[in-house]
Amino acid sequence: MIPATAFNLLRYALPEVIVAVTGLAALTVDLAFTQGRRNSVRWAAAGLTACAGCVAAILVLLLRPLPGALADGMLVVTPLTQMVQVVLVAFTILVALLAVNSDFTHHIGEYLGVILFATAGMMVLVSTQNLLVIFASLELLSLSLYILTAFDKRSPRSSEAALKYFLFGGMAASFFLFGISLLYGLSGSIELGEVAAAVTSHPITPLLAVAMVMIVTGFGFKVAAAPFHLWTPDAYQGGPTPSAGLVASSSKIASFFVFAIVMALGLSAEAGALHPSTATWTPLLVIVATLSLVIGNLAALAQTSFRRLLAYSAIGHAGYMLLGILANNANGLRALVYYVITYALATLGAFGVLAALEKEGVDQIRDLAGLARRAPFLSFCLLVFLLSLAGIPPLSGFFGKFYVFSAAYFADSGLLWLVCLAIAMSVVSLYYYLRVLKQVYVRDSEGEPIATPLLTRIVVGFMALLVVAFGCFPGLLLNWIGSALATIPH
Amino acid sequence: MLAWTIYISFIGAAILMLRPKASARTARVVALVASVATLALVIIATIRFTPGELLTITKVPWIPSLGIEYHLAVDGISLVVLLLTGIVGVAGVLFSWNVEKRAAEFFAFYLVLIGAVYGVFLSFDLFLFFVFYELAIIPKYFLIAIWGSTRREYAAMKLALYSFAGSAMVLIGIIATLVETGGKTLNLVELARYPFPLHFEMWVFPLVFVGFAILAGMWPFHTWAPTGHVAAPTAASMLLAGVIMKLGAYGCLRVAMMLFPAGMGAWSFHVLGLSSWRNLFAVLALIGIVYGASVALVQRDFKFVIGYSSVSHMGFVLLGLMTLTQTGLGGAVVQMFSHAVIASLLFAVVGRMVYDRTHTRFLNELAPMRLAHAIPFAAFTFVIAAMASIGLPGFSGFIAEFEIIIGTWQAWPVLAVLAAVGILIGIGFTWRAMDKAFFGGGATAEPQPAAPHAALPPITIPEKIGALILIASTVVVGVYPRLLLDLILPALNSPLFDGLRKGAWR
Repeated sequence: MIPATAFNLLRYALPEVIVAVTGLAALTVDLAFTQGRRNSVRWAAAGLTACAGCVAAILVLLLRPLPGALADGMLVVTPLTQMVQVVLVAFTILVALLAVNSDFTHHIGEYLGVILFATAGMMVLVSTQNLLVIFASLELLSLSLYILTAFDKRSPRSSEAALKYFLFGGMAASFFLFGISLLYGLSGSIELGEVAAAVTSHPITPLLAVAMVMIVTGFGFKVAAAPFHLWTPDAYQGGPTPSAGLVASSSKIASFFVFAIVMALGLSAEAGALHPSTATWTPLLVIVATLSLVIGNLAALAQTSFRRLLAYSAIGHAGYMLLGILANNANGLRALVYYVITYALATLGAFGVLAALEKEGVDQIRDLAGLARRAPFLSFCLLVFLLSLAGIPPLSGFFGKFYVFSAAYFADSGLLWLVCLAIAMSVVSLYYYLRVLKQVYVRDSEGEPIATPLLTRIVVGFMALLVVAFGCFPGLLLNWIGSALATIPH
Repeated sequence: MLAWTIYISFIGAAILMLRPKASARTARVVALVASVATLALVIIATIRFTPGELLTITKVPWIPSLGIEYHLAVDGISLVVLLLTGIVGVAGVLFSWNVEKRAAEFFAFYLVLIGAVYGVFLSFDLFLFFVFYELAIIPKYFLIAIWGSTRREYAAMKLALYSFAGSAMVLIGIIATLVETGGKTLNLVELARYPFPLHFEMWVFPLVFVGFAILAGMWPFHTWAPTGHVAAPTAASMLLAGVIMKLGAYGCLRVAMMLFPAGMGAWSFHVLGLSSWRNLFAVLALIGIVYGASVALVQRDFKFVIGYSSVSHMGFVLLGLMTLTQTGLGGAVVQMFSHAVIASLLFAVVGRMVYDRTHTRFLNELAPMRLAHAIPFAAFTFVIAAMASIGLPGFSGFIAEFEIIIGTWQAWPVLAVLAAVGILIGIGFTWRAMDKAFFGGGATAEPQPAAPHAALPPITIPEKIGALILIASTVVVGVYPRLLLDLILPALNSPLFDGLRKGAWR
């Protein structure tokens, strides 16, 4: 155990500190130096600051692997958490780059600052094994996301979405906190390993079951799994595009990661290790996964708004990803991390395309009619993103599904029916993704060609390239995840 | 070298995608060059091929943690289907010479489709096979939805969903296989040797077989085929009937039957007189033969006649596969080739030569036009195609259906008789369509004055070349079937098919 001195704390939490300080720096730069300039200048200055800080954090993470656990698991740094943190910060850069061309707000420094605080929250969230720190960082993340969703003050929809998000979120957080307190009562500890040792040493009690339900409720809200999904469509539709992109991408990565860690390390048999075993919470997650798969995919069929469609598809995807948690072993975690990263890429890509079309006011699917004529490059990228979400090879979404499904089936052949349901639902999902692509490619429109900022095109194109590359060469990502995972005891 | 069939197609598609504003002329030339080059590669490879061997082209690790390899290889059966892909691919470009609307995109999707099909036929790793198999779905959708005719968006979506549903069933089978073998390999050669437990094969075989058979047009999952064929633009109909349906049949043989032969063994009980999956699928295939032909007999739309005839002819392929006799299996593979060539010829005549000129496909509207006089080459081509289609000796259809009937006779004599009835109905609907469309049969009105005939543009050179290529293929195989059989039979006798031979081979 490394002594928890202030110096050590700073050493181990340096990346988080950098990101948080960058948030303050972006705020300062905007308020102190570029106040009164044109919005584009302000976006550029604050955006550059934010990106510089993020790049610094990534460099620190990559160049200084420093595994260790501090203060009873309050801060646990492993190659895996560092890897996930790199990804989270990289997504923040992408979101910031997508944001710099928008004009929904004059509070530019504040907007980027809050994005960075959300990122800091996510980074803490993935590198802790202490329930209380998980709760605190989850709240930091959630509060930041509520603010980001409400940021478009000119749009009543944005406020409505944020209010719904906040009300549901507050309720979910209280459930989560109650669940934690019950676990503490049962085990006398808030450190995941000790909790696991205490709660799995004897058969499941009603109190433990209640605690599990509450924990799953809290996380289910964060990952937008049914039946805790009600905020999702509004947040996706109402929030400013970059905010919705952040909610849909990196917040998903962090939440799913910590969800899996809590379930695997805190509530399964072998304490402190990823051990293949049928956990007591399996039936609970099976229910949530089934509901998410069915509700998400079937409700998406009826949507006429593209963003709401993405929201319901996100609920469906949460169902697929829960299969990775259900596998409850190293293979499942690896599949889950691969899936959630590639999924986040494709979703953020789709929001990136929407961000580029901001001035067109695209909301309904039919507004996309004839996009292939008007913006061929963006349309092609959208094709890549949506087909990846639908799981068409050789895009990364396909391999993600394949890997998650086989990991779940490998771990527990009793999950075969759920795998079959998930595959059947992916057939349903092809229908609604094709409905969007039909507008883009098949329908004609008389609209003029759309001019989009070069930066947005580069960012969106880069994400499309990654979606293709990770699909054709899954090893690029898998080896990275695998080598990071290898350091966790089996 | 054969791997370049995939790469050339994709490179051609990439060129066209990067230059979406390219003129129709450039697009055509790029597509033609790419498809001719791939056909040439396949022909050269076929000449150099030693019958009976399994020629490995590429084998490199792809996703080592799951034992997935980028493994391309060919045996005699793959070569036959590669040949038909090459031939139909070239002919399809020639018959799309008049596509002007968004031509670069059209040929880009077309080449992606061809490349994916080559990929499926060359893959010897189950995962890779599946990747290419699904890759073929999307270009089909857009080809029909953008360039199609009658109810194109409905037909395109129906086709995409049927294909995807079929491949979902296959995916379950693949995941189950991966887990069953411990996640070490998905190499088809290894899997063919792997001793799967009987109960496993008993549920995976029907799942995977039906998954593929959906695309092969097995009754009652055939309904995508007529609507899809009718709505598709000419080249896409040719590919759909000629090549895509073969993907399904090839998957049935190469994956379902080769890997899980024990799944065709007898159940321990009888249902409606059926005692195995094999019996059930044979009966479904037979229903497809008779049903497809009967429905074709009463269609008013010329293209629907051909669409349903495809269902009928693909029924022969599936029936041949289910006989499990060497004659029947060989016949099934020859029928794949034969149907590919003949169906694309028929669709070329109906879709390109007739419809693009007369702008109607209704038989009773075509009848008064006396097309045999207006466009004699079309009539000539259709007569040849019709003769091949009903299985006159001297054409490939004869050899194929003859072998399948003999094989069926060895397995189930009653079914052979019923299949022969299907052939008779086939003669009926082909005759009716030919008579009405080209020779004015049943036309109540007197031949109209010369006006409509004179207006029809003559058959162009690319159409003639395309038609001649297809006619030549069916005649050559019809006259000298050993060309294909010498490739197919040694492959069927290779160790890959040991499981099938030890089962019920006669």
